[in-house]
Amino acid sequence: MVESVTRRSTDRQDQQFPMATPVKVYGPPMSTAVSRVLACLLEKDVQFQLIPVNMFKGEHKSPDFLKIQPFGQVPAFQDESTSLFESRSICRYLCEKYAEKGNTGLYGTNPLAKASIDQWLEAEGQSFNPPSSVLVFQLAFAPRMKIKQDQAVINENEQKLAKVLEVYEKRLGESRFLAGDEFSLADLSHLPNTHYLVNASDRGELFTFKKNVGRWWGEISSRDSWKKVVEMQKQTT
Amino acid sequence: MVVKVYGPAYASPKRVLVCLIEKEVEFETVPVDLLKGEHKDPEYLKLQPFGTIPVTQDGEYTLYESRAILRYYAEKYKSQGTDLLGKTVEERGLVENWLEVEAQSYHPPIYTLTIQILFSSKLGFPRDENLIKESEEKLAKVLDIYEERLSKSKYLGGDFFSLADLSHLPFTQYLVDQMGKEYMIRSRKHVSAWWDDISSRPSWQKVLQLYPAPSKN
Repeated sequence: MVESVTRRSTDRQDQQFPMATPVKVYGPPMSTAVSRVLACLLEKDVQFQLIPVNMFKGEHKSPDFLKIQPFGQVPAFQDESTSLFESRSICRYLCEKYAEKGNTGLYGTNPLAKASIDQWLEAEGQSFNPPSSVLVFQLAFAPRMKIKQDQAVINENEQKLAKVLEVYEKRLGESRFLAGDEFSLADLSHLPNTHYLVNASDRGELFTFKKNVGRWWGEISSRDSWKKVVEMQKQTT
Repeated sequence: MVVKVYGPAYASPKRVLVCLIEKEVEFETVPVDLLKGEHKDPEYLKLQPFGTIPVTQDGEYTLYESRAILRYYAEKYKSQGTDLLGKTVEERGLVENWLEVEAQSYHPPIYTLTIQILFSSKLGFPRDENLIKESEEKLAKVLDIYEERLSKSKYLGGDFFSLADLSHLPFTQYLVDQMGKEYMIRSRKHVSAWWDDISSRPSWQKVLQLYPAPSKN
């Protein structure tokens, strides 16, 4: 079905992620949503194959790709029993299907822990992601793509993000991680956008100048899983 | 103790209300007047630090973000009422997929339309007609994809009514009633049939009857 967008994995990918695995993620590692799924797979110790999608050539809008992701966005996901999209739902599916593998506490080990993680995952998706993803595009990607930055949009979204991070600063003064004492899917979901803002823009201080948010960012970004994702992003630029 | 749901007059809390009715779970409601700014009161912010609705209180336990609340109660009461999650990991995966589609692709434009068309004058700012036009175009594109999906699948997440469909009820009701944009639903054959099916569920009719929306702008 998607043969036309399937490419041979690079040699390095072949060593780490054998072609035999049915678990496939479609999309470039530099995409924030793709990297969210990669981080989860690595935390859960699930082998996967990364299938490149050349967005500059518009492969994400090709008829074959639209069959597995009708919105023409990355990532798309397949394994031996299903085909899914939307990075946060792929993460939830992986945590449920591979509950016993890798980081077994990633989505909580009891209903109340899971609900707290879902609460903060929703906060990420509804309050953190909108302004931070606009800033990631404007500050980290627009210059590379030679697209003119919109200062009014940058200012508006910086203000929105700053308000959200005030809530986080208070929360992270009371709790080591967002949903509780353990690193969870809720923290993981913040890695992709924050990474770009801290490392590829001049607005990193939104995070690093806040005592608790800064401490939290230091902890979550130094996890082995995230370091591997950053390495994958570097390899493919 | 009975679970308390804050803000029943408004759309997002209604996701929780219809879910609790489907799951046959008793609840109480606590009014929150957004126009008086009650959601920004220090007492409210202690429960919900982002100052949005809903929040639920279940004894000592507080939970916010409507879709997180949906997941919690749908799982907690899995063995009673309507099954809103599916029976297998794969079925649940598809429900989660389309619930995220609602959250990430459907909700933003329809929320913008709601604020601009229904609440702008109450909140004291002029309607932005360009923003309304843009949001309607974005929503139309999403509905085109739903039309295709619903031509192959009775409900969004599969062949059973689930959280993925339920999550669309409150704001879509605003679209077809108060916003006067029913044509967006009716012009799409499968979306239209799906809307009739989900909105005629007794649970949703009960929510509309018990908790009418605030009056028009």
